[in-house]
Amino acid sequence: MTSTHGTTKTAGPEVGPTPPEQTAATGQNGDGPQIQAVRRRVRDLLPAEVVVTDHARLRTYECDGLANYRVTPALVVLADSVDQVATVIRICAEERVPFVARGSGTGLSGGALPRADGVLIVMSRMRAIREVAPEDQRAVVEPGVVNLDVTKAAAPHGYYYAPDPSSQQICSIGGNLAENSGGAHCLKYGFTANHVTGAEFVAPDGSVVQLGGRAPDAPGYDLLGTVIGSEGTLGIATAVTVRLTRKPEDVVTVLAGFESTDDAGAATSAIIGAGVVPAAIEMMDALAIEAAEAAVHCSYPDGAGAVLVVELDGPTDEVRQEFDEVERHCREHGAFAFRVAMDDVERALIWRGRKSAFAAVGRISPDYIVQDGVIPRTALPKVLRAIAELSSSSGVRVANVFHAGDGNLHPLVLFDDSRAGQGEAAEEVSGKILDLCIEAGGSITGEHGVGVDKSAYMPRMFTDDDLDTMQMVRCAFDPDNIANPGKIFPTPRLCGEVPGRHRGEHPLAKSGVAEIF
Amino acid sequence: MAVDAGTTAVTSLAAACDDVREATDADAVDAVQPGFVVRPGSTEETTGVLRVAAERGLAVVARGAGTKLTWGTPPERVGLMLDLTRMAAVLDHAAGDLVAVAQAGCPIAHLQRTLAASGQRLAIDETLPGSTLGGGIATNSSGPRRMLNGTFRDLMIGTTVVRADGVIAKSGGRVVKNVAGYDLGKLMTGSFGTLGVVTDAVFRLHPLPAASGVLSADIRDSGILAAMVRAIVHSDVVPTAVEVDWSAAGGRIAVLLEGTEAGVAGRTAAARELLARAGPAEVDVDVLEQLPRWWGRYPDGVLLKLSCALSGVERVLREAAALGVAVRGSAGVGVLYGGIPVDADVTGAVTALRATCTASGGSLVVLDAPAAVKSTVDVWGPVSALELMRAVKRQFDPHRLLAPGRFVGGI
Ligand SMILES: Cc1cc2nc3c(=O)[nH]c(=O)nc-3n(C[C@H](O)[C@H](O)[C@H](O)COP(=O)(O)OP(=O)(O)OC[C@H]3O[C@@H](n4cnc5c(N)ncnc54)[C@H](O)[C@@H]3O)c2cc1C
Repeated sequence: MTSTHGTTKTAGPEVGPTPPEQTAATGQNGDGPQIQAVRRRVRDLLPAEVVVTDHARLRTYECDGLANYRVTPALVVLADSVDQVATVIRICAEERVPFVARGSGTGLSGGALPRADGVLIVMSRMRAIREVAPEDQRAVVEPGVVNLDVTKAAAPHGYYYAPDPSSQQICSIGGNLAENSGGAHCLKYGFTANHVTGAEFVAPDGSVVQLGGRAPDAPGYDLLGTVIGSEGTLGIATAVTVRLTRKPEDVVTVLAGFESTDDAGAATSAIIGAGVVPAAIEMMDALAIEAAEAAVHCSYPDGAGAVLVVELDGPTDEVRQEFDEVERHCREHGAFAFRVAMDDVERALIWRGRKSAFAAVGRISPDYIVQDGVIPRTALPKVLRAIAELSSSSGVRVANVFHAGDGNLHPLVLFDDSRAGQGEAAEEVSGKILDLCIEAGGSITGEHGVGVDKSAYMPRMFTDDDLDTMQMVRCAFDPDNIANPGKIFPTPRLCGEVPGRHRGEHPLAKSGVAEIF
Repeated sequence: MAVDAGTTAVTSLAAACDDVREATDADAVDAVQPGFVVRPGSTEETTGVLRVAAERGLAVVARGAGTKLTWGTPPERVGLMLDLTRMAAVLDHAAGDLVAVAQAGCPIAHLQRTLAASGQRLAIDETLPGSTLGGGIATNSSGPRRMLNGTFRDLMIGTTVVRADGVIAKSGGRVVKNVAGYDLGKLMTGSFGTLGVVTDAVFRLHPLPAASGVLSADIRDSGILAAMVRAIVHSDVVPTAVEVDWSAAGGRIAVLLEGTEAGVAGRTAAARELLARAGPAEVDVDVLEQLPRWWGRYPDGVLLKLSCALSGVERVLREAAALGVAVRGSAGVGVLYGGIPVDADVTGAVTALRATCTASGGSLVVLDAPAAVKSTVDVWGPVSALELMRAVKRQFDPHRLLAPGRFVGGI
């Protein structure tokens, strides 16, 4: 598949045909005096094998999972340790050269898109699981550790790491932290922000600080909570303390076939309205089912206009009772097929269709955009109808796959880039879908982040004052705007000279009033 | 901005908000007396008031029900007490979306009553009677149910904040899943009113459980108590809360289980078994009809918040008891509250217990104490990343108008 827009490629970057986009977000001059100085100083201080300057190798890092944006970085550092990260960032700070962190490069909003005038700091070599401490329900891992490996390391102790993005076999914990990633099961268990309790963090001046810790509620501002989801724009995490969750006693997965997404949506609302909080409720519409069938033969019910995958987990008695509720509500809302997975093999079969959906769409369309909008769950039927109207009036096909439980839509907007005008039409439909989400009181992104892809949409969701206030945080961490600049915010805030900055000690501290420690 | 010499502060404030009065002794915060008390009725009025305060350099302390006003270090000065109790409404309850929007001055209990009518709740405990959402957010206070459901930082999904310069900023939104932009709500949570004034917030809700079960046992030995906590925490019974009440005289554990009728019955039986057999000899475990009286209540005396890794709980309990400090709290997550008799050696106890908590990956904060006691101890203790915190404060409140001196490192 050669998608130039949103793509499911997770096998890392590949050299593509598109020349680097020279925009404000990506930097202009790859060989100015500042980057030359950085290159020289980094080579002096770091072992040769971690510094990449060869152009062909540099190009292998030109994009993340959103392959229509490509920029060759001026320099790549394959960091091995916190010291190396701190050294590179300090040099960048002194030379005022931008840096961008990269984990596994699976991000779908261009968050790890390099800067032509900057350094890409690749974290994937820092992949030690430093400690698994089931007695504390914690693990301490390096940021390059792959999400699923945390669960594998915790499994022998009866624990797992709850956030489970579909990319969990490849995406990194550092990338998860930066994107506040979720997964199908975040309906019940929450997102990365709810499962990270501490981080070792290199600020954009090169200083290393500890945010949060092993225990909850560290005193002071919740900088950890602020950094989570900040898409690498506040600094780089070099170690992460995560919370481990007890494996549930029982898991039941059901697949229900409906005639329409309206029926499936109504069943979803009824289930949640009844006070059941399933671990996951996922929905696919007819086009997405068609694609999945073609790709993985998942044998979803014939003729279904929509399917729901509902997973219940927890203590056995609880799960049984909730299962009865789920079945009743599905049938009352017109489910004509209801299938239950009783073991892991059957469960994997049900999930296979859902998990392959993005890639499968490649079978029915040469190119597609993966959209990621959120709406209040009760708005589902209305917004789905509006998307259908948008699709029929524009002639652009849209397949719907989504986390129905929390209203996180992943419409897949299909097109053929070799046909003139189709790419633009798809972009337009994709943008209008976001407008529908915002009008319904939702969000432009539920899990993929803003990155470079959606920064232009931020003003549709937030006022200038809102964005300006967010950027005050940015100015506190990164007054020179060198940490992943050009991402999230459509226009950078000038941090200006802030009273007190770089002026040494706080007067109270000097007089000994405030800093008794 | 230049201030017209002819207008007094009170006239400017009255122009921004019609509920202004001079402060009395009763409005003092840790004996620091404000000049005025202003009760804005809306976010817009709050903006007007903060603008006047900024023009005149008046320091502002926000107040809800006032239940935690003496938490933290005393403010250096208070020009203006911003009383948020007029902003007490539940603005919206979207039951189908399990989301509610409420004003900062809304008492937690009032929100819960409103939600309960639709079989839902905000899974946050009211830790002091009458306390408001705003006060809870500012102090990040949490009770027993945090074990299963988290704290304000986990359940608040959107916020409206008025900055020190009067600018209104929103972040987050009305949907639970949302990663657009920085999460300012997290920054506000636990910031003790030093970064901005939260005027309303959006919360993720949970269904009220159909059934609940409570178990309790009296214990003399801290080792057995800790073993009981471990037995429940590392089991499949999915407790909503695991609380302890401990002092030199011994104490007790209580476990709350919530869920479906059938589920709770089975899990209560399983948990009872686990508790009874956690120690070397079998222990009597009672099934209670309701939560015990001490549940979720702070101990008396100088109030400490102690946190530690789960494996450190036993040591903290033991050392606290040896120092004469009574401890209560969420042993199942490693967040405990200590009470030191006011006439005891507070500094000695704080220093010793702080070392224990820190060694176990946690911290100790003196939450509440008479001002005289606070002036003799290190209230906040060591704080990492303090320089970054100061930088954040300088951005949000460069003139130090919001609760100056109340927070870590003199912020
Ligand atoms: C097939 C597929 C399915 C997906 N499914 C999901 C899903 O279900 N849920 C979901 O949330 N996402 C999903 N994603 C998106 C993506 O996998 C996540 O955003 C993931 O967290 C990115 O991790 P990464 O290691 O690949 O990060 P990268 O893409 O390398 O980087 C992402 C961002 O993190 C920053 N970053 C990386 N490491 C660090 C660090 N150590 N410190 C600071 N910043 C850092 C980067 O600068 C960048 O801004 C999916 C992607 C694909 C391709």
